[in-house]
Formats: sequence, structure tokens, C-alpha cells
Amino acid sequence: METYYKPEDLMKFGEMEKGDKELWSKFMAYYGAVFAEGKLTAREKALIALAVAHAVQCPYCIDAYSNACLEQGSNEGEMTEAIHVACAIRGGASLVHGVQMRNIIDKVKF
Amino acid sequence: MRIFEESELFANSELQVEILQPNERWTSFEDKIREIGLHPFQSTGIEVLQINVGKVCNQACRHCHVNAGPDRKESMSAETFKLCLNVLRINPIPVVDITGGAPELNPNLKWFIHEAHELGKHIILRCNLTSLQDDKFVDLPYFLAELKVEIVGSLPYFSGDETDRQRGEGVFNKSVATLQKLNQIGYGKENTGLLLNLVYNPNGAFLPASQTAMEKRFKLELSKQFGIEFNSLFTITNMPISRFLSFLLRHDIYESYMQKMVSAFNPAAARNVMCRYTLSVGWDGYLYDCDFNQMLELNISQHLPQHVRDFDWQKLNIRDIILNSHCYGCTAGAGSSCGGAVLD
Repeated sequence: METYYKPEDLMKFGEMEKGDKELWSKFMAYYGAVFAEGKLTAREKALIALAVAHAVQCPYCIDAYSNACLEQGSNEGEMTEAIHVACAIRGGASLVHGVQMRNIIDKVKF
Repeated sequence: MRIFEESELFANSELQVEILQPNERWTSFEDKIREIGLHPFQSTGIEVLQINVGKVCNQACRHCHVNAGPDRKESMSAETFKLCLNVLRINPIPVVDITGGAPELNPNLKWFIHEAHELGKHIILRCNLTSLQDDKFVDLPYFLAELKVEIVGSLPYFSGDETDRQRGEGVFNKSVATLQKLNQIGYGKENTGLLLNLVYNPNGAFLPASQTAMEKRFKLELSKQFGIEFNSLFTITNMPISRFLSFLLRHDIYESYMQKMVSAFNPAAARNVMCRYTLSVGWDGYLYDCDFNQMLELNISQHLPQHVRDFDWQKLNIRDIILNSHCYGCTAGAGSSCGGAVLD
């Protein structure tokens, strides 16, 4: 079935170099630095990335960071908890906007 | 590739070798070695005689490249052990690395360890930990401690669900009980000289984590949860052989796993892989460059002595190593060997 998202396209990410090599190089250098071992461990960063991947609902990132988390030694429980963090923030973001609704209700309703 | 039954794959090393043949989708390992200027790929000596004493095991782990289990019968005889001792007696090989199956289940093991110890060799016993819970082996840890035998125990994770999924129901709890007993004897404790090392391998088709980082987590978690201490953690890559190869094919991820290992090829790891300083002996005395080649029945080069009874230091010490695609498993990332990551 035709689909916009094909797993093999993830391997073509490097083709984004075409068109603007300089910006690509800068991005990759930044990306590499972000995920290097730092004040947070590479494993912790992969778990954050997994959560963010679910928040932004990017199938490429979910594929990449599910594997990355496993390769960093995280277990299913930790990975699932990370996704719940994304879920809670997304859900909470919707719910906290309910305050806007309440403000409007308070303003316009008897 | 032709269609085959899983049982056929396990029993047929030729079929496994056929699957592992280089193809147009990745550079052959031999060519890769040529690219980095290491061809012909040769051993640099024999520092370790790794003896696989048999395929009998009380477990049947999902990743096992030996296809070991309770139904296997292959077990090294006393005669073959004696041939190994002859080799150790007259050659300057400092380390004897005993593996299996579960080596503890070989009835000649204690005698062999005693004799090898008398020769002044450093002895490593690769143990699955659970067999030591059997009443028959209640004294074995004390015997091993007396002879300062290094124990390398398999424990793929610090939790029960992950461990049991790979190694079988109840394995984790039994392993913990054994580790606690080994600690009581002094294994894994500082200044006892009793080395207790653990082996982590991934719970599926992905490469192992950084050995240093995993060791830190294992030490923290095993100490916090169970009061267990150990010396080092060795991270080992799952090899596309036997049960794990079957798993990869069944899940249609053989190609992607191979690509992952090929992409992670590390020349520095290649220079230091264990086949360069190890000679592997099978349960029947035949010689191989490593335990993985042994399971694929890829004997050492044809012009060399093939059996331990014909051991010849001059001919075997520096020899060409037999290669195939599975060798990418030992050279991916930080590398992999029976002693864990090659670099970290």
C-alpha cells in the first residue's frame, strides 16, 4: 500500500545534505554534540528523545530511538514510562488550556 | 534462499554458513579486512586455549549459538581432556577458558580443572549460574574458590522479566541465589583474588550498550536489590548463528541486523578480536579459530593440524583465521569477545 512513511526512508536521511551541505553539516555537528555523553548520560538522552519522538509523532524518530534506547541498555519498563511522560505532557497541555475555556465561560456566562 | 524448517537450520551448520555467505548488499568481511590492511587475517599467538566441553545444558536460551540444551548428548570425554592437558603441559599457553553448554554438567570437569591448575594455568569457567543451584553441585563453588578459578556467569539483565524472557522461566531468581552464595564464599569481593565477572548480551536484535555504562548500572541495581557484588561486566554481541540466526530469519530482520553490524564495523576492534590470541577446541577435540566457527563447523585452515591430538605449536601459533559474515559481530562498535567489549 502506498504510504508517505516508508521505513527504508529513514536510511535516506543523509540525502538531506543535497541542496545545502553547509546547513546539513552544521545540523549534524549540533545533533552529534547534543546526544554525546554529557551531564546527562547517552542512555538518559535516548529516553528523552524517545518521549519527544512520541510527542511529535515522528515514526522515523520512534524507530530510531526505540532501537537506540535498547542499545543503550534501557528496558521496556523505562521506555514505556518515558512515553507516558510524553503522554502526560500532551494530555496536560490540552487540559491546562481548559483554563482558557473557564476564563471565557466566566466572562460571557451569567 | 531456499525454504527450510527451523530444526533443519539448527542441525545443519552448512545451511547456516550458506546463509552467512557474503552477498552484494554488504562488503564481505574478508574484503573489509583487506580495506584496513589486515589481510591475511592472522592470529598473533595462542594465549588462551578455549575448550568447549560439550553442548549439554540445563537451559535452552533463545540466543544460544551452541544450540545447547538438556536434550544434547555431546560431552568431552576423559580421553580428549587428557589430550588438552598434554597440550597445556608442553606449550606456553597461560589461560584455559572452559565453556559449553553448561560445563558443570560434564562429569570430568572437576578432575580437569584440578589437573590444569596443577600445571599453573589461569582457569576461567563460563557458568550459566543456575546449574550451581543443583544439589549435585553444592560443593563446586568451594572447589573453584580453592583453586582460584575465575567464574564468568551469564546474566543478561538485572531484572527477572528481561532475564527469564531470554534464558527461561525462573532463571533470574536461581542466578541471584547463586551469585549471593558466590559472594558469601568471597567471589566478587575485593582483595579475595576470587574473580566473578558477569556477561550481558542484548535481549534481541540490537547491539550491546557501552560496557562501562552497563557495568555501572548492573553494579548499582544488583547491589541495591540483592546485595550482590561482582568484578566486571562483559558485554557481548548476539551472533547470527543457530537459534539467534533462526530468530532473525523468522522475524525477517536478518538483513537489517547484518547491516547494523556491518555499518558499525570498527577497525580498532578488528585488530583486537579474541580469535587472534585464542585457539578453540571442540568437545570431540577438533580445532577451530573461535567458538562461533566451531558451531558453524568451520574448522581451522585445512593445511593445519585439525585435532588436539596433533597439536603443533609452530604451525598453529600464527595461522590464517577462517572468516565469514558472522565475524562482523565481533568487530561492531566497541567489539565483542568472550571477555566483553574489545574497546570501551
